Amino acid sequence: MSAIINLREMHRNQTGMIRSVRATGELGRRIRDMGLVPNTEVRVVGRAPLKDPVALRIMDFTITLRNNEADHISVEIQED
Amino acid sequence: MAQHIIAALAGNPNCGKTTMFNALTGARQHVGNYPGVTVEKRSGTVKSGETLMDVVDLPGTYSLTAYSPEELVARDFIVDERPQVVINILDASSLERNLYLSIQFMELGAPMVLALNMMDAVKKQGKTIDVEMLSSLLGLPVVETVARTGAGKHELIQRTIAFIRERKEQWKPLHISYGSLLDPVLREMEDLITENKFLTDRFPARWVGLKYLEEDEQVMALGEASVHACHRQLLNMVEKTSTRCIKNMDMAPDAIIADYRYGHIAAMMKQGVVKRDTTRERINLSDNIDRVVTSRFLGPIIMLATLYGIFQVTFPIGEIPMGWVEAFFEWLAMVAVAMIPAGLVQSLVVDGIIGGVGGVMGFVPLIMVMFMAITILEDVGYMARMAYMMDRVFRIFGLHGASLMPFIVSGGIPGGCAVPGVLAARTLRSPKEKLATILTAPFMNCGAKVPVFLLLSAAFFPKNAAGVMFGMTLVSWTVALLVAKLLRSTVIRGEATPFVMELPPYRMPTFRGVLIHTWERAWQYMKKAGTVILGISILIWAAMTFPGVPSYMSSQFQAQQKAIEVQMAASPSKKPQLQQELDHIENRAAQAALRYSFAGRVGSFFEPLTQLAGFDWRTNIALLGGFAAKEVIVSSLGTVYSLGAVDTQSSDSLGSRLLADPMWSPVSALALMIFVLLYAPCFVTVAVISKETSWKWATFSVVFNTTLAFSLAVGVYQVGNMVF
Repeated sequence: MSAIINLREMHRNQTGMIRSVRATGELGRRIRDMGLVPNTEVRVVGRAPLKDPVALRIMDFTITLRNNEADHISVEIQED
Repeated sequence: MAQHIIAALAGNPNCGKTTMFNALTGARQHVGNYPGVTVEKRSGTVKSGETLMDVVDLPGTYSLTAYSPEELVARDFIVDERPQVVINILDASSLERNLYLSIQFMELGAPMVLALNMMDAVKKQGKTIDVEMLSSLLGLPVVETVARTGAGKHELIQRTIAFIRERKEQWKPLHISYGSLLDPVLREMEDLITENKFLTDRFPARWVGLKYLEEDEQVMALGEASVHACHRQLLNMVEKTSTRCIKNMDMAPDAIIADYRYGHIAAMMKQGVVKRDTTRERINLSDNIDRVVTSRFLGPIIMLATLYGIFQVTFPIGEIPMGWVEAFFEWLAMVAVAMIPAGLVQSLVVDGIIGGVGGVMGFVPLIMVMFMAITILEDVGYMARMAYMMDRVFRIFGLHGASLMPFIVSGGIPGGCAVPGVLAARTLRSPKEKLATILTAPFMNCGAKVPVFLLLSAAFFPKNAAGVMFGMTLVSWTVALLVAKLLRSTVIRGEATPFVMELPPYRMPTFRGVLIHTWERAWQYMKKAGTVILGISILIWAAMTFPGVPSYMSSQFQAQQKAIEVQMAASPSKKPQLQQELDHIENRAAQAALRYSFAGRVGSFFEPLTQLAGFDWRTNIALLGGFAAKEVIVSSLGTVYSLGAVDTQSSDSLGSRLLADPMWSPVSALALMIFVLLYAPCFVTVAVISKETSWKWATFSVVFNTTLAFSLAVGVYQVGNMVF
């Protein structure tokens, strides 16, 4: 079973595959420059004390995104 | 054969580029600015046999778009300076993302050598990298390095020199496929660009086409100024392609380009460049640390404890060498008194130059210790965690997690300096958040305000000096954040910037890196002391010395002195008592001289107004001096009160002199501290603000901050006097 959800809805330690990045302009560019492109595996490693931003692990490094930025990214979650 | 090479050092932020730069060049470095922008330019030289290599450290970037000044600087340097070679440092532990920048340099056609840095971390992750394969896939020399230990450094130098020597061909841009939607258009654009010689003196033709598809502002502006017809044609093609891309793939061309670049890298990786040891689960140390250090409850507590701990530790440590520096300047003043005959020149040298500059230099040790702490926090990776944790809070006030850094450097941890603090705001990409940060960072508790607080709290709140300092820090943060909110919801309204930021793995800072960085900052500060502050000290001395008392008054004082001297000669038994009277007259003469001086007149002129906050004309003189440089406040108070001192032989400290003065009370001391904390940034900061923004905003910060500071100081003084 798999489901496509918004990156914001992912739980801590959940892993998924990025399916689309809908951000445009500067935000889109920044997101892509950091390697958040479709078909990349992403895992939520933590959230800041106030639940926002979120820390993500992709390709062996960690980046942070605000929740409203994570909204632009859809992730396919593998569920067993 | 002697050879001179220019090499550019490029790479992502946090890839160990600066560490490698330090390892390569040692102490032979030079720090300046790139022309026209405030991005720091570091360069140094490496000598290897007959070859001299000039290494320029480009700013760390993830990409070569035109969104930040760092990226533009890196790009322009490659294109305009045409270095013989680009040494691309990569964090090999996240190779794919790091190669994204390399691919972009290759598309520009720059000759390049790759340094796979942090190979020790790669081994710890249980990965192996097939360097040979990577090298042949990219067609570039690849060297394994560990910048922290210097491993691979010599091989990197040798391979770079050999590469340049053997390389005969011109720049050869890499062509990668951007898919069936973009490739045909790119070919068409390339032909058009080549035909018109459109910007081809600077960039490869295909690259110009790519940048048009990416809607790169800089390249498009250059294009518009070049062959206009060609520019229009290209824009037309971009528009058509863009519509088609969105229709067919629901993606803009720039997104497709990024995907294909990563796709190109992924295809290389699939051939087996990186092998993982999957036999056992690796424990990621940084993740485990973050689980505690950025956790919901412990995270903020650890952060506050770290910040508080830093100034609990740095002050006692910094005070020891501070004593030595002060002792040295006291000795220097004594020497000057002995060498130079009494008079105007002696006064200029002792009170003006040595007193002024010495007072400032005294803070150098403290500032060094403080900068060292900040550098360590930065290098360890904790600064990024603080920005991550604080972003939600900063956003409430219209700022950015990355505003934390300029705030802290400016004195968010007391002892910083607003000059580097304002400069640190360069990393903020949104002009609005940057402006708000720049305008509020000077409220922080900078190293020059600290001595004022130390002096006053030691005199008036002797048991609570640390508490006063902590309170001042809290006030500075509160005011800075509230003012930022006010500005962001009035004069600088606007959308928030993206917060895509890397959390680098925790790393041990290198001893050399910390020392070099600390020394640089301290040197900047000392240069300020040697130039601006020296000039201002002389100016202030002159303002307090000239024009002197009217001649009728000075002859009055002289007559009185003469009369007493005559009495002394007549009756030696009364000598001690008469000597006291003599001192008293001397003191009154000095007071009068000060009062009649230019500074005294200005101070007296404002006295009726500043009385509301409890400041007399003497304090006003010091505060005026403080606008020149906050360091001057304490030294001016010293001069004002010693020029007017009751007993010049007394070794009373300035603090106890203030305590004895009826004008002063704990309430007036507190009002003065609040005013000093918040009023106009010093002249150097104002100059930097105007450079980073405009004269309009620099003037705004002077007027607004002074008004705010004065209102709060009046509030404290009036309410305080009612309550106590």
